[in-house]
Amino acid sequence: MRAVCWQGIHEVGVEDVPDPHIINPRDAIVKITSTAICGSDLHLYDGYIPTMYRGDILGHEFMGEVVELGAGVTNLAVGDRVVVPFPIACGNCFFCGREEYSLCENSNPNAHIAEKLWGHSPAGIYGYSHMLGGYAGGQAQYARVPYADVGPIKIPEHLDDAQVLFLSDILPTGYMAAENCDIEPGDIVAVWGCGPVGLFAIKSAFLLGAGQVIAIDRIPERLRLAASIGADTLDYEEVEVLDVLKDMTGGRGPDACIDAVGMEGHMHGAQGAYDRFKTALKLETDRPGVLREAILACRSGGRLSVPGVYGGMIDKVPFGAIVNKALTVKSGQTHAHRYLRPLLERIENGEIDPSFVITHRIGLDEVPAAYRTFRDKEDECVKVVIDPWH
Amino acid sequence: MAVVDHFSALRTSRPPRASVAEWRSSADAASDAEDLQQLQKTLGWISVALGVAEIAAPQQVARLIGAGDGDHSKLIRMCGARELASGVGLLSGRAPAQATLSRVAGDAIDLALLGAALSSRNANVGRLLAASAAVLGITAMDVYAARQQSALAGELEGTLDQEEPQRLTASVAVNAAPEKLYAAWRELDNLPRFMPHLESVTRLDDSRSHWVAKGANGVAIEWDARITEDEANHRLSWETLPGSPYPHRGSVVFEPLGKDRGTQVFVEWFPGEQRGMFATIVARLMGENPELRIAQGLRAFKQWIETGEVATTQGQAAGARSWLGKTMVGRES
Repeated sequence: MRAVCWQGIHEVGVEDVPDPHIINPRDAIVKITSTAICGSDLHLYDGYIPTMYRGDILGHEFMGEVVELGAGVTNLAVGDRVVVPFPIACGNCFFCGREEYSLCENSNPNAHIAEKLWGHSPAGIYGYSHMLGGYAGGQAQYARVPYADVGPIKIPEHLDDAQVLFLSDILPTGYMAAENCDIEPGDIVAVWGCGPVGLFAIKSAFLLGAGQVIAIDRIPERLRLAASIGADTLDYEEVEVLDVLKDMTGGRGPDACIDAVGMEGHMHGAQGAYDRFKTALKLETDRPGVLREAILACRSGGRLSVPGVYGGMIDKVPFGAIVNKALTVKSGQTHAHRYLRPLLERIENGEIDPSFVITHRIGLDEVPAAYRTFRDKEDECVKVVIDPWH
Repeated sequence: MAVVDHFSALRTSRPPRASVAEWRSSADAASDAEDLQQLQKTLGWISVALGVAEIAAPQQVARLIGAGDGDHSKLIRMCGARELASGVGLLSGRAPAQATLSRVAGDAIDLALLGAALSSRNANVGRLLAASAAVLGITAMDVYAARQQSALAGELEGTLDQEEPQRLTASVAVNAAPEKLYAAWRELDNLPRFMPHLESVTRLDDSRSHWVAKGANGVAIEWDARITEDEANHRLSWETLPGSPYPHRGSVVFEPLGKDRGTQVFVEWFPGEQRGMFATIVARLMGENPELRIAQGLRAFKQWIETGEVATTQGQAAGARSWLGKTMVGRES
C-alpha cells in the first residue's frame, strides 16, 4: 500500500510499504476512505516530539471500511463503515473503566519510554512517536486497528465522510476542551487559537451554554471562521489581549479560558524571542506564550482548559497566579471514545456540521507539500482532508 | 492492613544490612570524596586558566616565568594544550586516579623545561626559581589528590563488596482478583505467553519444573527450578536447582489494593552469580537493564490478564528505516 512516512524533520514522503495485517486477536484492518492532517502532526513535522524514526507512518485521524477482523472482534463485521478514535484503548483497564481512554494502561508497548519523561505513560496513539506506542498511522491506504471491539464507531450510510471524519480527534478534542471549562449558562469563555480544535471548542462552548465566546488569533481567515460560528474575535497583533479581555468583562476576566494552541505557540515581542531562544538552545522544549497569557487573563476562581499539546518542559509560567487566583486547570489527551456516540448524535441532529473547517481536499501525492502549506498557514489553509486512493 | 503487612514482610525477608559501623565508615568515605572533588575542581580551574594563558599569550608567559631569549611560543603553547586538556579532565569529575597521576608526569615535564631554561642565556634566575617553586607546589597537590583518589576508590569498593546480593523488584496493579492472578501464574506453562524470552516451561511434578529460554544467537539455555513457597492466592517463591546455568531465586506476591484499584503484583528477583560460557548468553537474556526486563514482563502479564493479548507493534508495516531507526525500533520491543 501507499503511506505517508516521516523521513526526518520537515521531511515527509509517500512510500510503498507492506499492507498491514492482523497481529493480535482483537485487531481489525481498515481500508481508509478519508484521513486528515492534524495540527499536532505539525509537532512531529517540526521535530518537537522525540522518538520519531525514519519510516514511521503518520496520521491519527482516519475512517474507512473494515476489511479484516481478528478472532476476538465480534461486534464489527467486514464491510462496516467506521471512524477510529486516535487514542488506542483496551477497554479493560482501570482507566478505561473510568472512561479515561487516553490514559489506557495497556495500549502503549513502549510505556517505559514515556514513563521516563512523564512519570506515567498515557495510551498509545496512531502514528505519534515510539514513545506513544510506535503504532503505524492512518495517512495511508490501510491501517491496523488494535482493540477494534472498543474504539471504532459504526457510521450510518446517510452521513458522508466529511461530516464524521473529525470524530476521530479534533471534534471530541474541542468538545472536551469546552467540557473541561465547567461552563455555566451565560459564561464568558476565551479561546486562544482558531485552528480546527479552537473552532470546535468555540462551537462546543456555545452548545454547553456559554453566553459569549471570545476568539483570539492573528490569521484573518481563521478569525472569520470563528466569527461565522458566533465568536467575538480579537487579532492579537492589533490589540493588547489582556487589556481588551478586561475591558470586555468589567475588569474581571473571562470565566473560563482555553489554550487551543500548545507547544509551538507564536508570540511576538520580547516574550516570543525569549522562548525561541530558549527552545533553540534546548533549555526549554515548548513555547508556552499562550498558556502564560491565559493564566493571567482568567478571572479569579475561573477555569483554564488546555487541549493544546505540550510535550515537555516550559519556563516562566506564572504558577503564583494559579494559586492566588484559585484557578482550576484541566488538560489531557482527549478521551475520544467517550464522546463518539453523543457527538455522532449531535451531527445526525444537525447541531454540528464539522465539515465547515475543511479548506483543502487532496490525494496522497500532495500530502508532503500540504504539510508545509498547513504549517505556514499559507493559502488560507485551516484543515486538510486526504483521499488516500486519489 | 494487608498491604502494610506485605511490605513489612518484604523488609524482614531482605538480607541483613551492613552494620552501623560499616555504614559510618562509608559515610566518611563519602565526605572524603567531597573534599577530594573540591580539590580536583580547584586544580582543574588552575589548569584551565594557565592553559588558556599559555595558548593565548605565550610570550607574556615566557617573560613572566623569566625564560631567556628566543621564541618559546610553540613550546609554551604545547604545554598550554596539555594543561587545558588535563584541566578539563579534572573538571569533568570523571578523572580516574590514573588521570590525576598523569598530571604529576606533566608537572615533571614542566619542571624539566624550567630547569633547561635556567641554563639559557639572559634567563631571569629569580623568576625561573619562583615559577619552579609554584610548579612544585602544584605537583605536591597533584600527588596528594592522586593518592587520595586511589585510596578512596579502594575504600568504596570495599563497602560495595559488603552490599547485599542484587535485588531487583517490579510491581504493577492489575484489574483482577488475587485468586485469578495466582491461578494464572501457578499454571507455569502460561509464563512464556508474556515473558517473550521464555520458550517453554514444563511441569515435572507438583513443585519442580523445567525451563527453556532463548539465549543469544539461537542458543537455548535450560534449567530446573522448584517452588519453595506456595501460599494460595497470595504468594509464590521459587529457586533454581543446583547446576542451573542461570541461578536465581524470586517471588511474586498478590495483594488487593482496595477500592477499585485491583491487585498489586509484586515481583522480587535475586539473580545469582553467572559463571563460565553461559554468562554472556544469560546477560543477553536479561538485557542491559534486567529490572526493566522484569517490569516489562510484568506489564505484559497485566495486558494478557486484562485484555487477553499482549500489546505489540512487532511485524507492522513501516517505510524505509534508517540504520538508527532499525536499531532503536528493534530494541524497544
